[in-house]
This record gives sequence, C-alpha cells and structure tokens, in this order.
Amino acid sequence: MTIEVLRHTVSHGLRASALLLALAAVLSWDGATAQAAEEVNIYSLRQPFLIEPILQEFTRRTGIRTNVVHAPQGLVERIRQEGRNSPADVLLTVDIGRLHDAAEAGVLQPVRTPTLEANIPAPYRHPQGLWYALTFRARVIFASKDRVKPEELDTYEGLTAPRWKGRICTRSSQHDYNIALLASLIAHHGETAAEQWARGLLANLARKPQGNDRAQVKAIKEGECDIALVNTYYMGAMLEDAEQRAWAEAVYLYFPNQGGRGAHVNVSGAGITRSAPHKANAVKLLEFLSSALAQQLYAEHNFEYPVNPDVPWSPLVASWGRFKPDTLPLVEIATHREAALRMFDRVNFP
Amino acid sequence: MDTQPSLPLAPAWSWRLPRPHAWGVVALLVALLVASPLLAVLGIALHPEDDIWAHLVSTVLAGYVATTVLLALGVGAGVLVIGVGTAWLITMCTFPGRRLFSWALLLPLAMPTYLAAYAYTELLEYAGPLQALLRQTFGWQTKSAYWFPEIRSLGGAMTFMTLVLYPYVYLLARAAFLAQSASLLEVGRSLGRGPWRCFFTLALPLARPAIVVGLALALMETLNDFGTVDFFAVQTFTVGIYRVWFGMNNAPGAAQLATLLMAFVLLLVALERLARQRQRYHHTSARVQSAPLFRLRGAAAGGALLACALPIALGFAVPAGLLASYALDVRPGPGSAALPSTVGNSLGVSLLAALACVGVGTLLAYAVRLRPTAFVHAASRVASVGYAVPGSVLAVGVMIPAARLDNALDALLRQTLGISTGLLLSGTVAALVFAYTARFLALGFGTMEAGLVKITPNMDHAARSLGCTAGRVLRRVHVPLLRGSLLTAGLLVFVDAMKELPMTLILRPFNFTTLATHVYEYASAERFRLAAPAALAIVASGLIPVILLSRGIAQSRVERVPQAGLTESNQEAIPLRDSLHK
Repeated sequence: MTIEVLRHTVSHGLRASALLLALAAVLSWDGATAQAAEEVNIYSLRQPFLIEPILQEFTRRTGIRTNVVHAPQGLVERIRQEGRNSPADVLLTVDIGRLHDAAEAGVLQPVRTPTLEANIPAPYRHPQGLWYALTFRARVIFASKDRVKPEELDTYEGLTAPRWKGRICTRSSQHDYNIALLASLIAHHGETAAEQWARGLLANLARKPQGNDRAQVKAIKEGECDIALVNTYYMGAMLEDAEQRAWAEAVYLYFPNQGGRGAHVNVSGAGITRSAPHKANAVKLLEFLSSALAQQLYAEHNFEYPVNPDVPWSPLVASWGRFKPDTLPLVEIATHREAALRMFDRVNFP
Repeated sequence: MDTQPSLPLAPAWSWRLPRPHAWGVVALLVALLVASPLLAVLGIALHPEDDIWAHLVSTVLAGYVATTVLLALGVGAGVLVIGVGTAWLITMCTFPGRRLFSWALLLPLAMPTYLAAYAYTELLEYAGPLQALLRQTFGWQTKSAYWFPEIRSLGGAMTFMTLVLYPYVYLLARAAFLAQSASLLEVGRSLGRGPWRCFFTLALPLARPAIVVGLALALMETLNDFGTVDFFAVQTFTVGIYRVWFGMNNAPGAAQLATLLMAFVLLLVALERLARQRQRYHHTSARVQSAPLFRLRGAAAGGALLACALPIALGFAVPAGLLASYALDVRPGPGSAALPSTVGNSLGVSLLAALACVGVGTLLAYAVRLRPTAFVHAASRVASVGYAVPGSVLAVGVMIPAARLDNALDALLRQTLGISTGLLLSGTVAALVFAYTARFLALGFGTMEAGLVKITPNMDHAARSLGCTAGRVLRRVHVPLLRGSLLTAGLLVFVDAMKELPMTLILRPFNFTTLATHVYEYASAERFRLAAPAALAIVASGLIPVILLSRGIAQSRVERVPQAGLTESNQEAIPLRDSLHK
C-alpha cells in the first residue's frame, strides 16, 4: 500500500515536473534572442525592412543588439499595460498623430541631449523631448505623364474642381496620411471649408478608395485615374522594384501649394519609453538615428527627407526638386486629427 | 447549491474521486481564465472617456451594421448551400471523382481568407491579366468602355469568404450525415418519401446541431475578419471598431462596439439553442451498415462533379496556383534566410494552441455534459465567443490580465524578497498561446460538444454503475469514442492558428516572426509577390492536417459502432442533458 502511494506520488511528481519544464521552455521561447550584454528593445509601428539596414549599422558600430517587435497598431497599448516592467526602450512610428498620441498616453519620457538638439531642428521635436522626428516626407500629387499637364495642377484645394471629376485616386480615409492631410486643411481653413473640401474630393474620385499609395500609382499607369495623392518616397521605392518600376515611370511628382503655404508634410519619429530598462542604449540609438550617417541611410534607402539639415538629399530625391513645405507646426496637425476622422465619417468618405 | 446530480451516483463514490460538481467548478475556473481577455474588453467598455455613440449613430453606424448583416447573410447562405450540398452529394451518391472530392473539398480550409483576397485581386482587378485580356480582345480603351464587377466590394468579400469558409460546414455536415443511421433513411424511403423530402425532413434536421456549429464558425470568422474587408474597402462593424480604437484613439468606445458584437453573437447562439431546445440527437440505432450509395449517371453525375469541383477550384486551386507561380519567380532575398525559423515558430505555436484548445474544449464540453447548469452553459459559451472578436481587440484584452498578473507578482516579490521578476508571461510565446486559446476555443469546444452529444448518456450510466469516476468515464469511454472529434478539433485549431495574424503581430516576443506575419510585412508594402513562398508555406502546412481531417471523418463510421445496442425505451427512461437545466 505504501509502495503504491509512493509510486503514485513519484509518477505524479514526474508528470508535474515535466509539465513545469515544458512551461519554462515555452516562457523562454522567443525569436532567437541571444543573451547579449548590450541591447536595446524597439517597439516599431514601422515596417521592419525599412529600418533594418540602419539598425544593422547601429549594431555594427556600437555592439548594441537591437530587438524588434513590429505591429501596425496596439503597441502603445502594450507599453501601457506592461507598465513599469515593460521591456520596450524605444517606440518607433510614422505620423505625427501617433507620436502625439503616444506622448498623450504617457508612455514616453522626456530626454534632451545636446547631440539630439543639434541634429534635429526645433520644429521637428517635442518641446520637452518626448519624441523626435527622424525623417519627413511630403504628401503630394502624382500625375499621369500622358494625360495631365503640370499647368493643370495647382493646390490641394484645386482637387475639388469639376475638371477632376472621375479622375482622382486615393487610399482609404482611414489611413493616417489622409487623416493628417485633412487635419492640416482644418488647421488652415477651419472645419466648414475643410468639410466642403472632403466632400468635393470624394465627388471627384475615380473609384472607391482602396489599396495603399503604390496601388494608386498602379491605377494611374493602368488608366483607371489620372492623378492621386501619394507620399513622395513611394516614387523611389517603386523605381527600385522590378514590377513597380513601370508604374512609377508612368507618373510625375507635383508639389502642390508652392505659391502659397507649401506642400503638406508629415514625419516619422521615435521616443524613449517611460520604463526603458536600457535607457542609455536607447539614447545612443536615437542619437545615431539623428546622426549624419543614419540620416543619409534613411535618405538613400527609404527616399525620405532627412530632418538633419546638414545631410544632403539622395540624388533621386533631389531630382524631384526643392520644394516649399507647409510650416504649420506638426502638433497643430495632431490636435485636429480626431476632428478630421469624424469629418471623414460625416461625409461618408470610405 | 444545486445538488441534483445529472447522472446517477456511482457506487465507488469515495474520497479520491472527483465529484461531478468538482468538474463544474474546474470548468468554471478554466472558462473564466479563457474568457478573461473578453472580460477585460468589457471592463474597458465600462469606463467611457467621451461619448462616441452620438457621432457614430449620426454618421457611419447604420452603414457598418447594414454591411455586416449583408456580409453575414451572404456568407451564411453561401457556406450552407455549398457545404451542406456537397456533403450530402458525397455521403449519399456515387459519381466520378467522389473519393477525391471527399477530402479535396476541405482544401480551401488551408487558404487564409486574406491570401485568397490578395490573389483574386491580382487576377481580377482592372490592372489584372483577365481584364487586360478582355480589353485587348475587344479593343476597349478605358474603364468606362465596359462593365466588369468591382472585385474590391461587398460582393467580392462575400464571394471569396464563402469560397474559403464553406469547408467548416462541409466538414461538420459530412460527419453528421455519415453518423446518421442508414435505417432511418430507409424507413423514410419505405414510407414513400422521395430523396429530396428525406433530405429535408430527416437528414437535415438530424444534422442540424453539427451544421449550426459549422455555420457559426464560418460566421464568427466573417465577423472577426479585418484583413480581407480592409483590403476590399468594405466598411464592416470590425472596420469600425478598428477606426474608433486605433484611429480615434478611443479604446472605451471601441470596446463598447466589440461588446455589442459579442452580445450579438451570444444572442444568435442562444436563439438557435432555444429553437431546438426540445430536440434530442443521440443515436440509438443498432445498425451499422452504411446507406447504399445512390448512383448518379449522365447529366446528374456531371452536375454533381461540377458542384464539387468548382468550390475546390475557386477556393483553393486558383489562388494556390497563383501563389505557386509567384513563388517560382522569387529569388532568395534578404528575408529567405530567416524562413526556416519562421516555419518552426508557426508550427510550434500552432501545435501548442491546438493542444490547449482541445484540452480546454474537452474539459468544458464534458463539464457541460456532467453539470448542465445554466451557469456552466453560459460560462462555456462566453469563453468561446472570442472567435467572433476582432483579433487586435482580443489582443489588447489578452494583454490586460497577463500584464496585471505579471506586475502583481513582481510587486509582491519586490516587497517581500526584494527581487524583481519582471514580466514572466507578457511578451512570451505562452501569452501568445493563451491568446490563441481565447480565440480558437470555439473550435475545440464546438467540435467536442457536437461529438459528445452524439454519445448517448447510457454509456456514462453504464460506466458509472460499473464503478468508474467521471474522470475515468471521460478517459476510458469518451476519449476513445471521440478520437475522431479530438483529431478534428485539434486540426481545425492548428490550421486556423497557422493563419492567425493580428494577435500575433501585437503580442509576439521580440524578433519573432511567423509565416503569417512574414507575408503581412510584404503584402502591406504591396510587395505581395516577394511573400509568395511564405504564403505557399502557410497553405502547404495546412494541407497535411486537412488530409488527416478527411481521414478522420472517414473513420467516423467505425466510431459509431459502440454507440449501438440501446433501445428506444431505455433512452426515454433517463433524464437527458438538455431537459435538466430547465
């Protein structure tokens, strides 16, 4: 009987420890993170292949390993929920609205260093250093080389003119880039005029908004529409892609509002999280990302405009010409973000 | 406390045997654990920041609801017609290719909805090869010169979702038809009913619980989908939830919308239950020979062949063929070096999810059988409703209990022992498996429940009267009888977990990629072709489970044997599970 009990206990004990071992294995299973002495953890709302070459260069120079989680949304919430134990050091994102939201959510900490402030001009950083913009891009008009003469184009406001009826393509109004553009119109013209603009643009669309920015250029190439709202860097990205090269070659890039307030610009940027366990490394990463070297990589690989004024534009980007950017403070755009979203809902812009 | 036992007390009712109500308690705790992400979403919904409803009601809400209802109706009708129709043809008739179709009809299960959507858009959009060919052939110059259905539309979403989701209904309907006693239909036929009336008055009503489970799975997947509807620019309720949460940054508003969606699903499930409350579905026949197959000839055989071949071609062969042709063009690039570990991650996490869902699903289904109290019933339903919730919302719901637990433990140990444990669960594969369980439990629970319902309670009574504990009955009687159901449940979860995207993106550990996230990263940059090898790998890894699944159903005839041997009268004498909790 005692032996029975003993056997019973041992077999249960064995089973329990096997279970525990399995659990421990699962808990420690992740994406091949070697226990590096120095590392920095990044939550990125940007696509990893856009930042990978730059992060590799960072690791090569500093020996600091970079670990990345990429998701298109939900990472600010993850930092918030993980609280003071969050492993994230740096939040990397596009769009001023998202940087602003992260700052508002209280997941970022103020960081100011002479290097960062020297590399990044004041309009491109948060006054207390909660976030720093790393690149900027313009949202411009891409037009068909065959069917649209540059003289026909002028401003964002002009897109509601009757001559564009059935000729414009754009991605969904859900997307940050379109929301920011409408927010800038609200900031400049007020809600009523901006809403009229949104209605006018909707009325002129050639097709229901769909796909991303590249898909709009493809649509121009295929003759579905003549002009589209697209971010500048896509021109470079498409020229590099064997399949998409033909799309890009069918269009030219037009900077609107050059006679007035300038073309609408948005940024990509980063901030250091409040709980950053590797804060020193995170600061090093941000300083590296704002340095001439990384800024040049950004410019060359991603065809974005460097925020660091000392860094030259890549030859291709420079070939699009200098342009006058809208000088509206970025935070101004972020504060009108929700109004813009509601406005798109009101006018039933898909 | 409710003391009414659902099964007669076993004589060996001793200290070491778990009492039936212990099962109820354990089931409740497990259900609570699995439902904790949903409860967390509910918790967010109860703390509104600013009111989103006035805005939503006056603008887009009606559109979201109408679009969602239309989509659900369209997909529901589509999967029923294709799923039940093909299952009946395969089970009852013989025609050329039947044996091949019987498993090939499951193939679209391996095709993620978003991949089918991408593939068909590539083929059928204005810039695609088909329309280009039409323009070339007929000399049309512009879009306005001819009419072609818009692919990125509600109709497109309905069509492509139907084509990849019908296998859920097919799978369960076929298993149900196979399990039906041949003699029952013979009685029907001998009483002068034609094949159609037999189908509608006997076979279909008897298969209803299983068909409903399949339909519910297909519809819940329709409701939770974001990738496809977003890609097709169709404004469903789920798109609205995303817009409110991640666009307007209004978590409580989005959580309220998600709660409404969950409530709607629970209501539908409850209504369906109510509608068949008084009906019983246990099998009592002693006859095991299969029904004689109806030989189709000529036009009828051709029609049956086409009816089975079309869903396979459209739901699987065409999109998979396109992926394969793209994959052949892809030269090894920077991403391909990581592919082996990506495959390993996908397989590993999916396997763990399948084990977890089958385990929890079996536990809950058996607890419902043992203790069919309203409470246990409700808890298991709520725990399975995660399948209808949009993935990103559920992901945030998963974070909350996981992070709370981690931080509470950390705070406790900091205070008492001065050590910090950090986050033990959050951001690990375990959290991911937990999330998958919260999402896919419906597959495990639904399949196991449908399987258990078919086993007459007399089996339990016999075993219990011979001195088996409830646990032993499960191990010795039900698990062997339900091998097919266990396999089905596990494989369904596995295949679905391989395709899972939104939760994996948000909850994954550092540097952790699965095949689905890999595909997403390229597809979201309109570089879908580069992701073709990984996309094909998702489909391929779904194939083996799908083939196993169809073998599983083929064996279900054998499974039926031990259920036999009970007469009508002794079934009447025993209180049945559904009548107990009234």
